[in-house]
Amino acid sequence: MENIDEIKTINEELTGLFQEHVHDIRKNSPEFINAKREEAFADFKKLGLPSQNIEEYRYMDFGKLFKGNYTQLYEPQKLTVDFSSLFKCNVPELDSYIIVLVNGRYYRSDLKFKFPKGVLIGGLSQLSKEHPEIMETYYNKYAGSENNGLAALNTAFAQDGLFIYIPKNTEIEKPIQIINILVYEKDFMVHPRNFIMADDSSSAKIVVCDHTLTPWKYLTNSVTEIILGNNARLDIYNIQDENNSSAHINSVFVNQSSGSAFVSNIASIHGGTIRNNIHVTLDGERSEANIFGLYLTDRKQHIDNFTFVDHAKPNCVSSQLYKGVLDDEATGAFNGKILVRKDAQNTNAFQKNNNVLLTNEARMNTKPQLEIYADDVKCSHGATVGQINEDALFYMRSRGISEKEARLMLMYAFAFEVIGKINFAPLQERITDLVDKRLRGELSRCSNCVVNCR
Amino acid sequence: MLTIKNLKAGINGKEILKGIDIFVKEGEVHAIMGPNGSGKSTLAAVLAGRELFKVTEGEVSYFGKNLLEMKPENRARAGIFLGFQYPIEIPGVSMVNFMRAAVNEHRKFRGLNPLSSSDFLKLMREKKELVEIDSKLTNRSVNEGFSGGEKKKNEIFQMAMLEPKLAILDETDSGLDIDALRVVANGVNKLKTKENSTIVITHYQRLLDYIVPDFVHVLYKGRIVKSAGKELAFELEEKGYDWIKKELGEE
Ligand SMILES: Nc1ncnc2c1ncn2[C@@H]1O[C@H](COP(=O)(O)OP(=O)(O)O)[C@@H](O)[C@H]1O
Ligand SMILES: [Mg+2]
Repeated sequence: MENIDEIKTINEELTGLFQEHVHDIRKNSPEFINAKREEAFADFKKLGLPSQNIEEYRYMDFGKLFKGNYTQLYEPQKLTVDFSSLFKCNVPELDSYIIVLVNGRYYRSDLKFKFPKGVLIGGLSQLSKEHPEIMETYYNKYAGSENNGLAALNTAFAQDGLFIYIPKNTEIEKPIQIINILVYEKDFMVHPRNFIMADDSSSAKIVVCDHTLTPWKYLTNSVTEIILGNNARLDIYNIQDENNSSAHINSVFVNQSSGSAFVSNIASIHGGTIRNNIHVTLDGERSEANIFGLYLTDRKQHIDNFTFVDHAKPNCVSSQLYKGVLDDEATGAFNGKILVRKDAQNTNAFQKNNNVLLTNEARMNTKPQLEIYADDVKCSHGATVGQINEDALFYMRSRGISEKEARLMLMYAFAFEVIGKINFAPLQERITDLVDKRLRGELSRCSNCVVNCR
Repeated sequence: MLTIKNLKAGINGKEILKGIDIFVKEGEVHAIMGPNGSGKSTLAAVLAGRELFKVTEGEVSYFGKNLLEMKPENRARAGIFLGFQYPIEIPGVSMVNFMRAAVNEHRKFRGLNPLSSSDFLKLMREKKELVEIDSKLTNRSVNEGFSGGEKKKNEIFQMAMLEPKLAILDETDSGLDIDALRVVANGVNKLKTKENSTIVITHYQRLLDYIVPDFVHVLYKGRIVKSAGKELAFELEEKGYDWIKKELGEE
């Protein structure tokens, strides 16, 4: 159980760090972002890090996570590592546009490619200065730091991150691949801030790969705001593959307008502690949200998925599927909240969380939460925590398949329901391969990714 | 090839098999009959290596080796095949991948290279024809959504793919209509050679019209209470199991 004094001390430390470095933190941001920063800082002072007494954070010990000697950087780093070699490798199966962020800051993109006119891709710090017309309207509009200590902390400290804007009626066919690299020579904390907007009738696919390049403790507290205009389509696939002493708190806030379709599919492959907060507001009629997750954990990993789907308008569909395999002493939590507001008639909301525990020590806590205020609603949810099916295992062994291979085939079959939702064949293949290797306990870094992490 | 001596096995301290003796030679067909609950499936499962059942006494040797020490997968690779009374559905594992893994494990055991994709698919096609199984079934997950009859045919299909030395068919006939029964029996007969042996577990005599046994054993309450030639099956069909019970002095 968490230590209240510990959290208090950490809150004070973080507050002190902000006050001490506020000048540098503000330096590269436009005034409207700094104004939000001040508000968020006030919110954080009030809220602090979430306590385990709050139901949705019950299995997260932020005191333990934040305790330690983390370095934060308040000014852009002069990178001593030569990343140019990264761009020489190519991705055999995944033909994509590649954007690299290092330690939460935009590093560079592959300059060879030309995006359609009006597409903006780059660093949040720079592009929010160049395009205040977008950011003045939307920055921190949906991240809601007034009642979310983690988002408040991010908004206070955030200096840079990814910025993507897809203009109206623009379709980007090739996926945009974001490679988030953490590389430092000490324990390191960062608050990246990302903004992605797919304007009316645009469409894009984004693949986000999270990596750590050194075995230090990394603590990431990222916030991503995602906005889909009318009839926009946006798929975001996230491969979380950080070292097992790192922690990643990944808070995503999605706002969807009429007729839009959003996909979030997160494959958590490695990482000490992972917390995904996916907030989706279906804010326009006939919009659709698909929120999927696959987590494969072992040793002492903790994976914590929180989803909140807000059916604010009628005739929307949401579908959530989270599946996990927990080995050794791994622990996990799934907390899926569906809110159907009074006017959101003809809502279809679906949620499923299935887990396989491979040992007696592995633990999983799963909890659906439904709040339904409309009457014309189709809503289903189900959660299971089970073991490998022994009958199936014996059946396979009785055909000559080794126990190990049979187990793998069964785990893989279990996982495939989520991977199968990736509606982009080359990426599906790559993640399939990654999951297969992960389940086999083979070195499972994204071997085909441009980054050769090990 | 198979010698079962005084085999006793059970589950959770409850004895199900109470001393079984059976000797099977190359090329023989044995039928094991008996009322429900007498332990036929348990015997089959123990021979295939299901760890759920604990062997408490007795020996089973297979080509001179102690079968009871072998893992299920090694028994399978050594040529033992169990046709399940209730085949298991495995959602998400395709028939093709399942069979490819099984066939290649068998090949590896015999020191052969894995089959190429095209050779494997060719083999699948041949064997599918042999058991008259619908092509579409092998594109699905293992047994998922198969009808009762399709599941049974699928067992024979797998047997055809793996070419066992000793096939144990546990009520492969139950729940089949006469056409399906004929197909299953045909499959078994076509796969029959002078070297391989079959243990047919059945509740009814009718399968034995198609698959003619050399020996018939009646299993009752965990014991073989009668063994004879194929005429025993007819006698059972005529007089019913009550006849056996009566002979044993039970009512
Ligand atoms: N998994 C099990 N757990 C407990 N009892 C079992 C189990 N399987 C079989 N039995 C018992 O063992 C006896 C024999 O069952 P079984 O071998 O299935 O018979 P048969 O195949 O001849 O109908 C029955 O009394 C049955 O209830
Ligand atoms: Mg039976």
